[in-house]
Amino acid sequence: MSTIVYISSNNGLGKSAFEAITYAKKMGEDVIAVTVGNADSNVLAELGQYGASKVLVDRNANSDDDQQITKVIASAVSSTGANKVVFSHDLIAKAVAPRLSVRLKAGLVAGAISLPSTDGGFSCKVNVFSGKAFGNVNVKTENKIISLLPNSIQPEVTGSNCSVEEFNGNAGESKVKVLSTKKPEGEISLPEAELVVSAGRGLKGPENWGMIEDLAKELGAATACSRPVADIGWRPHHEHVGQTGVAIRPNLYIAVGISGAIQHLAGVNGSKVIVAINTDAEAPFFKAADYGVIGDAFDVVPKLVEAVKKFNASNN
Amino acid sequence: MKILVCISKAPDTTSKIAFSENNTKFDENGVQYIVNPYDEWYALVRALEIKETIGGNVTIITVGNTADEAIIRKALAIGADDAVRIDAEPNDAYFTASQIAKYAKEKSFDIVLTGKETINYNGSQVGGMIAEELDLPFISLATKLDLNGTTATLEREIVGGVQVVEVSTPFVASCAKGMAEQRIPNMRGIMAARTKPLTVIPVSSIEEFTSYTSYTMPDAKSACKMINPENMDELVALLHNEAKVI
Repeated sequence: MSTIVYISSNNGLGKSAFEAITYAKKMGEDVIAVTVGNADSNVLAELGQYGASKVLVDRNANSDDDQQITKVIASAVSSTGANKVVFSHDLIAKAVAPRLSVRLKAGLVAGAISLPSTDGGFSCKVNVFSGKAFGNVNVKTENKIISLLPNSIQPEVTGSNCSVEEFNGNAGESKVKVLSTKKPEGEISLPEAELVVSAGRGLKGPENWGMIEDLAKELGAATACSRPVADIGWRPHHEHVGQTGVAIRPNLYIAVGISGAIQHLAGVNGSKVIVAINTDAEAPFFKAADYGVIGDAFDVVPKLVEAVKKFNASNN
Repeated sequence: MKILVCISKAPDTTSKIAFSENNTKFDENGVQYIVNPYDEWYALVRALEIKETIGGNVTIITVGNTADEAIIRKALAIGADDAVRIDAEPNDAYFTASQIAKYAKEKSFDIVLTGKETINYNGSQVGGMIAEELDLPFISLATKLDLNGTTATLEREIVGGVQVVEVSTPFVASCAKGMAEQRIPNMRGIMAARTKPLTVIPVSSIEEFTSYTSYTMPDAKSACKMINPENMDELVALLHNEAKVI
């Protein structure tokens, strides 16, 4: 049997692609990557390093059309005889994986954070209740689909580049027309980021974000913000983490001037380590944080930037 | 425009999360159920705005038991025209989506809206499954929806940016923040909701693909280690040596 991994490749290969391949490889069967769009074959071949035995690419399907992608994956499943499909739990997967579940009559684990356990069935751990608890999802169907939450597994290089084959998945007509795509260049994608520096209303105004960006730059981190800050337009909406924004689980989350309301914590409580910096010793964030600094962001953050600079200099 | 809005119950965000029967069931003791916020604030309110602008009908649908009629009346009070309850306990996304799709297929709606996910199971599955069952395009996590005749323009947040797409009705979309603003039902709405039609449909025999077998709570967080604000070198050293994250 083999496992198919769907890879979003229209912006090159991200860390989450390597995570998904590594995850599938660890399930112990042959791993075949499937993608659509115009990615360079030399780039796609790198998936072999993480355990893919080959890559199937359909150049005719639209990488923004969930219906077309679903048909391509279903064709790949029937031509390879695969019985499992793995996604990285991104925006494409949130549209495609449920469709594929219906098409293949395959149970879906949405947002898996562990490898499946085959002890008495087939089950995976997921976050439930907006990160306040974990659930164990048992998949009862013969075919299975797992959508893996980013940052749940470390990518591992186990082999070398693999072959890339052109594939016709009979995607059919596209019913979705993309009018425009706005995407800032060069920033670290928030859901994939291992380190995140985030700030809230405590910063008093958008003009004060320079030190947050400095800290992020020194750490190699992505920047994020709280909901009020996005709502009043100090920062772009895609930076908003929390229950209604993006849910992230980086290795390190540094929260500056964010009180830590329950809705904000719901988006970040999967972080491995949390640092809270706040003037208010009673801020709820200190209950969720591993390290806390009670102090004014305008004093503390520049000192932290200097400390990280010193650390970087002594480690290079 | 005939719009179907799928709503789910969800525990109030301040509910205490606990499990019973040897951690196999959500402990509903003292839990207040509300309309899942994404379904109510974004999907339902946007549907009502569209109806108010161009005319039409907004039907809400839920898969649930008699107790869930409270959340149905709330949605009717906000302004939906009529409601459908499929009489079953929704334990699996495929089961739930197929029940709704079966109804939607018979009534041919122009637009089917869901919230982006429920706040209890966070699966983001039902909308896409309904779309596949109906063979319709699905716009996930839409933050804006405008109609011009039978052409819809939707915005969705993609990683680090925004995408604008165009589809023709009929289609399915899941709604995220930005789509609309929460509405508080007024007394007239609440009174009117009592007499709005609520149809109860018996459940269809559909298999479940998945089930939750057990739940666990995260390990209790150890106390937060406080660092002297004058000593950021110590924080960096702890993050490197103790937490091993940098």
